[in-house]
Amino acid sequence: MPKATSRLPLLKKVPTGINGFDEITGGGLPAGRPTLVCGSAGCGKSLFGLEFLIRGATQYGEPGILMTFEESGEDIAENVASLGFDINRLASEKKIVIDFVQVNRGEIEEHGEYDLEGLFIRLAHAIDSIGAKRVVLDTIEALFGGLSNQAILRSEIRRLFSWLKGRGMTTVITGERSGDQLTRQGLEEFISDCVILLDHRVFGQISTRRLRVVKYRGSLHGTNEYPFLIDEHGISIMPITSSGLEYQVSTERISSGIFGLDEMLGGLGYYRGSTVLLSGTAGTGKTSVAAHLAQATCARGERCLYFSFEESASQIVRNMRTVGVDLQPCVRKGFLRIHSARPTLYGLEMHLVRVHNLISQFQPSVVIVDPVSNLQTAGTNEDTVNLFIRLVDFLRKNGILGLLVSLTGGESPLEATDAGISSMVDTWLLLRDLESNGERNKVLYVLKSRGMNHSNQLREFHITSKGVQLVEAYLGPAGVLTGSARLAQEAREIAAAEASRKEIERKELALVHRRKAVETQIEALRTNLLAEEEEFRRAVAGEKIRLGQIEIDREAMARSRRTTGRPPKKTVNEGNSAR
Amino acid sequence: MRVTVPDNKRKRTTQPGGSDSAAEWKLRLYVAGQTSKSLTAFANLRRICEEHLAGRYEIEVIDLLKHPELAQSDQIIALPTLVRKLPEPIKRIVGDLSNSERVIVGMNLERVQLPN
Repeated sequence: MPKATSRLPLLKKVPTGINGFDEITGGGLPAGRPTLVCGSAGCGKSLFGLEFLIRGATQYGEPGILMTFEESGEDIAENVASLGFDINRLASEKKIVIDFVQVNRGEIEEHGEYDLEGLFIRLAHAIDSIGAKRVVLDTIEALFGGLSNQAILRSEIRRLFSWLKGRGMTTVITGERSGDQLTRQGLEEFISDCVILLDHRVFGQISTRRLRVVKYRGSLHGTNEYPFLIDEHGISIMPITSSGLEYQVSTERISSGIFGLDEMLGGLGYYRGSTVLLSGTAGTGKTSVAAHLAQATCARGERCLYFSFEESASQIVRNMRTVGVDLQPCVRKGFLRIHSARPTLYGLEMHLVRVHNLISQFQPSVVIVDPVSNLQTAGTNEDTVNLFIRLVDFLRKNGILGLLVSLTGGESPLEATDAGISSMVDTWLLLRDLESNGERNKVLYVLKSRGMNHSNQLREFHITSKGVQLVEAYLGPAGVLTGSARLAQEAREIAAAEASRKEIERKELALVHRRKAVETQIEALRTNLLAEEEEFRRAVAGEKIRLGQIEIDREAMARSRRTTGRPPKKTVNEGNSAR
Repeated sequence: MRVTVPDNKRKRTTQPGGSDSAAEWKLRLYVAGQTSKSLTAFANLRRICEEHLAGRYEIEVIDLLKHPELAQSDQIIALPTLVRKLPEPIKRIVGDLSNSERVIVGMNLERVQLPN
């Protein structure tokens, strides 16, 4: 039953304060228990221990003891000073005690039974003097170099661990890795409750540090290898799985800075906080598209961060000015920051952390990475994919529009590149060359764009001195027509349009003529009709007059026969006949 | 191996701070309380010194339970530890000193005696 289990006392954890580590261990190191941090030389285990102590003392109010067997206190103070920690001040504030244990085989001889009570007394004294909660033993196996009685050492180290546990000290023990074993003595990993393995691998002359939690008694923990790095702020671990898929999305749209492109993207541009991949072969104008976005962003009064892995800031500004995008005012007003670095300058992780740090500092709403493909030279393909996933996640989580520019190699298929990032992006723009009729023309199309009604058209891509312009391309029987072929096609269409216009005019004229003819005919017929009507009216009138006359005549005749009444018709007829 | 016992038969066990600069051999034994190991070590040390350095040595026993701060300043890890402060160079021997011959070799006691 979940309720019952939740009441069980969970393993208490102590936050290390190390960037990202507490996230992957679900809270830090096991409280009051020993943890082994092992790895080969130079992998950062001493620093891990030191940072654990220093952060404990400064951030969590837990004073700590550093018992070092390898480096003197002065050396350590110098080492961590470069990371911005003032260990001497912490020591004077009684927050940290550094005890340098010198074990020198040449100086020590062993005769008979002994134990390491001296070490216990030293530790106990140091712990009591500042009320320490944390202990770091760096590297306890140095004892094996100074003392030869393995049996005593092993049992004494065991006793030390349980003694530290008994005193409730959260302890970090560092151990040198050797061969297949985690530590030289094969001892510490068994008596520690938590084992952290640090690794330092070199691939293609670039080293990447990795961290893995090998064991963690009584706790869930991330089992992956997490790349980490050491920079001026100490250790930073970037857990790939810590960035989940839970982020708010925006329906707000941001202009791409290019009218034609906005039109292709449903008329409004990119979604705020989405990720746009712009890929294309060399010289297709990718940077120009990026520069337009940068300028549009700055014009809105938002900040834009431009990571350039190919050109310096001044180079970009100069080159973009020639295509009508002046970034200088944006830089001057502080809206645009261009960060240039060679991809091979440091490993991928370092790049990612740089990107993280700069984004956190600058708080941009748009981030441009130009080109991401160059980063592949700084690590393996897998690492690059991981980097992209984390970068994209990070950008989305922060609602930042990311424009990732990717250079496609000439021979590789256009859509199979980009280190698998294409599936992660929301919008994928493709710029490509079309070679025909002895010329090379650029076209742009929207390969995909999630959540918007985007154009399926190829547009011809023109870089003019007034910026990028997108022109509708022609689809002909021989494919897409661009450049002069398009111009020729345009001319042909104009001619055809002219011809058809003339034809219409001609037909219109003919119609006018015909109408006139018909109207004339109608007029003639109407005239005839009128004449006939007139004639008919006259005939009717004549007849009426004639009938009137007959009546008059009859009356006159009756009068002459002196008959008053109207004679019957017969009589009239008789009369007539009599007449 | 011949052992000569010098005329000066002084031997002292003192607490820290009470050292006698006159002694030719200054030895310090670090222990933690009255454990069997520390008692054995002290007994063994006295025996060896009496046999080899009678009158020329001085033993200082330091109980780290009483003076824990000295463990750090004197770089003590294992107990019991015997430190030869004089003659130089400083030598350290850990253990209960049960193997007398090896202690004699370790302390370079023969070197001192052989010229005599």
